[in-house]
Amino acid sequence: MRLGVVAVSTLAWRNLWRNYRRTMIMLLAISVGVWAMIFMTAVLRGMVDNMVTQALDTLPGYVQIHAPNYLDDPSVTHSLPAPDPSLLQVLGDPLVAAWTSRVKVPAMISSEYENRGVTLIGVDPEGEQALGFDIHDITQGRFLVGANDRGLVIGRKLLQRLDTRLGKRIVIMSQDPGNSIADRGFRIVGVFRADLESREENIVYAGRSVVQTMLGMGSEVSEIAVRGHDYRHPQVLADKIQAETDARVSSWLELDPYLSTMMRVMDGFVLVWMVVVFLALSFGLVNTLMMAVFERIREIGLMQALGMRPSAIVYQFLLESLLLLLLGLLAGNLLAVTTIYVLRDGIDLSGVAQGLEMMGAASVMYPVLQWPDLVLANVVVIVLGIATSLLPAWRAARYLPVEAIARTS
Amino acid sequence: MAAISCVDLCKYYQQGDAVIKGLDHVSLEIEQGSFVCLSGPSGSGKTTLLNAIGGLDKLDSGKISIDGERVDQLGKAALADLRLHSIGFVFQAYNLIPVLSARENVEFVMQVQGVSASERKQRAFRILAEVGLQGMEDRRPAQLSGGQQQRVAVARAIVSQPKLVLADEPTANLDSASLEKLMARFRELNKLHRITFLIATHDERVMSWAERRIGMEDGRVIHDALQAPV
Ligand SMILES: Nc1ncnc2c1ncn2[C@@H]1O[C@H](COP(=O)(O)OP(=O)(O)OP(=O)(O)O)[C@@H](O)[C@H]1O
Ligand SMILES: [Mg+2]
Repeated sequence: MRLGVVAVSTLAWRNLWRNYRRTMIMLLAISVGVWAMIFMTAVLRGMVDNMVTQALDTLPGYVQIHAPNYLDDPSVTHSLPAPDPSLLQVLGDPLVAAWTSRVKVPAMISSEYENRGVTLIGVDPEGEQALGFDIHDITQGRFLVGANDRGLVIGRKLLQRLDTRLGKRIVIMSQDPGNSIADRGFRIVGVFRADLESREENIVYAGRSVVQTMLGMGSEVSEIAVRGHDYRHPQVLADKIQAETDARVSSWLELDPYLSTMMRVMDGFVLVWMVVVFLALSFGLVNTLMMAVFERIREIGLMQALGMRPSAIVYQFLLESLLLLLLGLLAGNLLAVTTIYVLRDGIDLSGVAQGLEMMGAASVMYPVLQWPDLVLANVVVIVLGIATSLLPAWRAARYLPVEAIARTS
Repeated sequence: MAAISCVDLCKYYQQGDAVIKGLDHVSLEIEQGSFVCLSGPSGSGKTTLLNAIGGLDKLDSGKISIDGERVDQLGKAALADLRLHSIGFVFQAYNLIPVLSARENVEFVMQVQGVSASERKQRAFRILAEVGLQGMEDRRPAQLSGGQQQRVAVARAIVSQPKLVLADEPTANLDSASLEKLMARFRELNKLHRITFLIATHDERVMSWAERRIGMEDGRVIHDALQAPV
């Protein structure tokens, strides 16, 4: 089918600029729409990123290794041997940024006045810091030094609840693998803060070797936590480690189903958002094209009378619309990428939205541009834009040449 | 076989209670290479007949063939192709695409036909000079007078040397000298390339060039005779 591509393209381009004002308004609308699609998506991605990273800091470890039954019953009986050479080798893989092993058991903590149930974590302090524990969260005293440190670090809230102070002694009780009670006295050497109050209330840190000795579990551990480089794709790392061990390897996507669901819902939400913005645009687009068709009925008739096929008329209007969309996309993309670049150091909302912090969201938002989102926005605009233009274009080609020309007199 | 054959063409317009007869049982044959004038008072059906022959309009009844091909049975795309390759049109009023310059309007048909850019350009310049529009090639229609626009349309109709030229009042806005020059050029093309011309006109001077005159009134052919052209 010969359409006279050059002829049609020239016409489409000239016609586009015929109503300069209308075209400029439409271009403005499209670029603002595209900007909204890309920029708002980047802000959303940034917010979710922030929530996930914060949550991962409390989980720590994108991937965790446990004894097969530990997740169902996190007791000391379900423990793992310390990493063997083959596991150590995979933990040296470039995909791994850092790893550490922990003992993690339910325990009872008692001060002179109060008893409370907590989760006792026996840690290697350097490993924890490599995995994300922030030393600045220590508000009083110090963090542990080495796995043999005999001190105890507890949360601010727990300190209050137990009605005790830094430097005081407290007692921790738990079960050993033989189901007997194991207990030990500790001195509180440090107090930490956390974004979540429940962490301040429930987590206590002790040296790993000290806890292992107290519980009589030798060199066994409850959990090995591994940090990778990209939290979005922990499964590759998990699979790689799983190949080397019989223990149960889980990524954070499994460990925190709430967060992983949110991540997945985000992708759908981004698409919906883009389509909604486009729908708002599409009214303007259809209107513009319809007006162009009605204004040019006589020309359309003339072109058909001169031997241009109806399909070429459709093609001409689609091309005109495509040119408009491409120009709008170009401007919109530039605008969005520039805004995101300029705001890369964060948008400080603390002034306008004090409530955000209380909701657990950060008051500084970092827009995060993901290329697939940018591509998606462009694809949405082009595909839906062309689809929307089909109706006006088809209307244009339906006139009988004589009806169209007859509108002269 | 006749170049154009019309059998019993009817085209009626309903105007309130009245029926206007655009074409009322028109039958005629036009031989390839003839030079024919269509005359008649305003509203007699000349434009309607030319549009019907060019396949621009739907008829109520009748058969039209061009070179034996039934125009009234062709689809829109096939009709477009037929017009593109075999028919040159000059319309009575609205002729030019406003966003294209005079030269681009002339090139338009060749462009759709797929003629190469250099040849198009050369042919367009030559034909525009022939109709007296040298130096106005780059003007848009809005920057041309009625007569100049008409001549651009004529140039476009003949530039590809189609088999058939359907011209509706091609001289309406022309002075006598331009008119005579244009008719002479038509006649030359007609003789040289056996292009069939069917020209609707009110103008006696144009009619005097024809070798056959068809007179219409109220949608009917009332007169059809050969004559000796000047
Ligand atoms: N779309 C239409 N609707 C109604 N009547 C129409 C229409 N087109 C043409 N007519 C009528 O059909 C008749 C023939 O019109 P046509 O245009 O063929 O006349 P014409 O011979 O070309 O006249 P002129 O010399 O003024 O150009 C006229 O009476 C006209 O009013
Ligand atoms: Mg007429």
